[in-house]
Amino acid sequence: MNIVVLVKQVPDTWAERKLDATDKTLDRASVDVVMNEIDEYAVEEALQIQEREGGEVTIVSMAPDRGVETIRKALSMGADKAVHLVDDALKGSDALQTSAALAKVLGTLEYDLVICGSEATDSRMAVMPALLAERLGVPQLSGARKVTVEGGTVRIERQTENGYDVVEGATPAVVSVVEKINEPRYPSFKGIMAAKKKPLTTLALADAGIDASEVGLASAPSQVVDFANKPPRQAGEIVKDEGDGGTKIAEFLAAQKLV
Amino acid sequence: MAEVLVLVDHVEGTPKKVSYELLTLARELGTPSAVVLGKGASAAAEKVAAYGAETVYVSEDETIDSALVGPKAAVLAELVSSKSPVAVLVPSNAEGKEVAARLAVKTGSGLITDAVGLSSELVAEQPIFGGSVTVQSKVATGTPIVCVRPNSTAPSEAAGAGTVEQVSATFSDTDTAAKVVDRVVEDKGGRPDLGDASVVVSGGRGLGGAENFALVEKLADTLGGAVGASRAATDAGWYPHQQQVGQTGRTVSPQLYIAVGISGAIQHRAGMQTSKTIVAINKDPEAPIFELADYGLVGDLFTVVPQLTEEIQKRKG
Repeated sequence: MNIVVLVKQVPDTWAERKLDATDKTLDRASVDVVMNEIDEYAVEEALQIQEREGGEVTIVSMAPDRGVETIRKALSMGADKAVHLVDDALKGSDALQTSAALAKVLGTLEYDLVICGSEATDSRMAVMPALLAERLGVPQLSGARKVTVEGGTVRIERQTENGYDVVEGATPAVVSVVEKINEPRYPSFKGIMAAKKKPLTTLALADAGIDASEVGLASAPSQVVDFANKPPRQAGEIVKDEGDGGTKIAEFLAAQKLV
Repeated sequence: MAEVLVLVDHVEGTPKKVSYELLTLARELGTPSAVVLGKGASAAAEKVAAYGAETVYVSEDETIDSALVGPKAAVLAELVSSKSPVAVLVPSNAEGKEVAARLAVKTGSGLITDAVGLSSELVAEQPIFGGSVTVQSKVATGTPIVCVRPNSTAPSEAAGAGTVEQVSATFSDTDTAAKVVDRVVEDKGGRPDLGDASVVVSGGRGLGGAENFALVEKLADTLGGAVGASRAATDAGWYPHQQQVGQTGRTVSPQLYIAVGISGAIQHRAGMQTSKTIVAINKDPEAPIFELADYGLVGDLFTVVPQLTEEIQKRKG
């Protein structure tokens, strides 16, 4: 079973995240970057399926040059090879354009499963699995807290608001995973060393058959008109409990007409 | 006035509160039409008419519930093509965003998620980076498809004609490729859904164990709220993972958020920072949660929370 794992490099949540004042895109240059946390669970799930089913695990990432760091991390966890889509013309692409570009890259690969994290910590849109499934014409098996593969059928437990749905589809399929699914491994020293020698293919737009007019800020179907940094939330009243703390909170809630 | 489609989130014909919020918002933009899909859809018609739906598009085609997301997007795509609405509003929850995403691909339209407001010029307001930046954005291509977060607007009634129109769609193999073979409901004690609730009471590490979540549940029930948990609490197995509020869990923005024994790591704040009023109870005066609390109480949650619950019960008579 050949598996592609999509990973995204995102600003570290602990860093101050900003938009660029001139083009209103995410400032990726001035912040510390990490692999999107849930993507580590996607890599782990792919490796676990590979251990049972065999085949190859390929990492695919669309990112600026420094995205290589994140790709190497995924390789050091144990993936076999990687494809890095990198091109200046991609800057400012929105989710729809990104899904179109990734679908083109996936079209150059042979895969039974595409696995990704359920959402990224920077955009938090949580739409990539659905967008890709629609574009690729394959089953959307998203929000999985459990994945099982039997022959050509993939079955997931999809986390819902009050439990889970059992959803299945035939391979090839797109699967997205939630944090509950597994415990990602840490790259071993051996893994880190091995990752440096693993095949990493770099694709520019033309290599993947992507037309430059389909991607990038100028042609994005959604546009940021304006943005404002919000002043940090002001701390309100802080009170030490003198034995009547519960009553005091109730009084506050009543004053705010919340009870 | 131009038609605005609202995808109604419902359980067997009973719309969730967010659906009424979206209809209320749609009235500011044009003539709202409700789209109710799946089992029991017809039963929702009168209810959505009370919030201004002039037309109610209904389909109870069994395929809608037996396949994941795709059929709903297909019905909406046919409506976008036949009715040419000025916008499509969809609840910004997990499934709503996926329906919207597929609809955007099908109709060649732009997509905005997590909006908390939408102007008459269809400029959406989105809080990003855990609420530290507010973005104004618009769709530049096709029909604007905008996912709006629950609790963004106060729902208000306004009678609409509620004319029911049965709709149908042809589903492609792709639309039905993910089959829903079972739906399992895990017990949640009849509380409102976390994403939809006006009040959320969350518990964290300070509770010290699963059994003490009963304190949080009792307070939540007194307020008619939902129960959330910090990552520390769900990782420890004290509370179900699907109730986790935070960056790797759910994002909530209720009228009232009460954090009980939660320190307020950025991981957690990213999921609740846009709540209207925040109350924190923690024994550590240095806990970062107090930086964003409108009312913070430094004290022992094991005495404060029962007292608060009792006091609210008393006030409610």
